[in-house]
Amino acid sequence: MTKDTKELRVSAIKNGTAIDHIPADSLFNVINILGLDKIQNTITFGTNLDSQTQGKKAIIKISEKYFEKSEINKIALVAPNAKLNIIKDYEVVQKQIIELPDSFQGIVKCVNPKCITNVENVKTKFTVVDKKELKLKCHYCEKITNKNNIEVVK
Amino acid sequence: MKNKSLISINDYSKEDYLKILDLAEEFENNSVQKILEGKVVATLFFEPSTRTRLSFESAVNKLGGKVIGFTDAASSSVQKGETLKDTIMTVANYSDLIVMRHPIEGSARYASEVSKVPVVNAGDGANQHPTQTLLDLYSIKKTQGKLENLNIFIVGDLKYGRTVHSLLIAMSHFNPTFNFISPDFLKMPDEYKLFLDEKGIKYYEHSDFTKYIDQADIVYMTRVQKERFSDPIEYEKVKNVYILKNKMLENTKENMRILHPLPRVNEINEDVDANPKAYYFQQAENGVYTRQAIIASILGLK
Ligand SMILES: [Zn+2]
Repeated sequence: MTKDTKELRVSAIKNGTAIDHIPADSLFNVINILGLDKIQNTITFGTNLDSQTQGKKAIIKISEKYFEKSEINKIALVAPNAKLNIIKDYEVVQKQIIELPDSFQGIVKCVNPKCITNVENVKTKFTVVDKKELKLKCHYCEKITNKNNIEVVK
Repeated sequence: MKNKSLISINDYSKEDYLKILDLAEEFENNSVQKILEGKVVATLFFEPSTRTRLSFESAVNKLGGKVIGFTDAASSSVQKGETLKDTIMTVANYSDLIVMRHPIEGSARYASEVSKVPVVNAGDGANQHPTQTLLDLYSIKKTQGKLENLNIFIVGDLKYGRTVHSLLIAMSHFNPTFNFISPDFLKMPDEYKLFLDEKGIKYYEHSDFTKYIDQADIVYMTRVQKERFSDPIEYEKVKNVYILKNKMLENTKENMRILHPLPRVNEINEDVDANPKAYYFQQAENGVYTRQAIIASILGLK
């Protein structure tokens, strides 16, 4: 299967952002993190597409929408290998790199059931202590949440 | 440190520790100083800890301040379902400083973010208990005359013991050598060993008391709690391996002192109590001076 035939499965957009190489099981997490369920733009997505590198993948295309770097970096938590293409007039004009931020608020839950963020209505806050292994230190209980137990806040 | 909450041992620098220890010494030499006249300290104990609470209240009283608060959640509005945020925001109106103990981890950090007065963490679940760590440092400094280059043995539950973890972090500024004695399944967690490796601090692990204890400057004992064992027979076996007895101290160094955060169960035999190397009750006394120092320093009175 060539790249071209794969692209056809999610129809092209004129202007906007295409996010490719999302692990299929992270699709809804990405939608959630970027708040795509709350915006009015036209969005098309495809999931469970075959990928040469990562099993099943998903693609999201958002018309007339461009993301701040700080905003887009958040998806590194659930889709670290995702690729972002900025599209203008059907052409990819820029590739945006996704980088894990040093710290962030909300987005994921603290793994510790005895943490205040899981008991009262407190927004989670983490420092990324290991970018490679994806280790997040909770600002409150100081416990580590790692890539194996990341759960996105609903 | 004025107006700065004390939540975690990681909040304070080495210089901050040393400043508190100097101040604690000053209070030990002259412990009744009415510098807290007209000030109110709230002690909010969402779970009971009589020892810690009395130590704080003694510290406040010696400084001439007043104490308000509750001794367990059952006797407070918390039982009626009030959130921590509401309790803290209310009590902050009545007090100049809040001392709190709470079973939920991170609760003290959160309280410090919603409170308009500084908060001192007197224990948040299995997370932090920084005033214990500072009084441990004070006890070590006082008995050894220094904090640098000491050989510190830590015995018991090294996996879940927050006291032990905080002590390790705090002492890491002073080039110690650590010896850890624990059953295999209560060993020091990897993250702390990694931390010591990164700082180039030497440590050794043992599964029972060894002859090396004769090289110790400090033996820090902790409880091995029955609840940690799934097999009661295993507990009975382990229980007796980690009991410090007086005859084990025969060849230990003259300056060696035994510390324990208290309360103890049976891990230090009572025959040790009369030994001049037993220091755990004085350690508890040092807690009052250290807490005086912490309170005075946070309120900017020293
Ligand atoms: Zn947490």
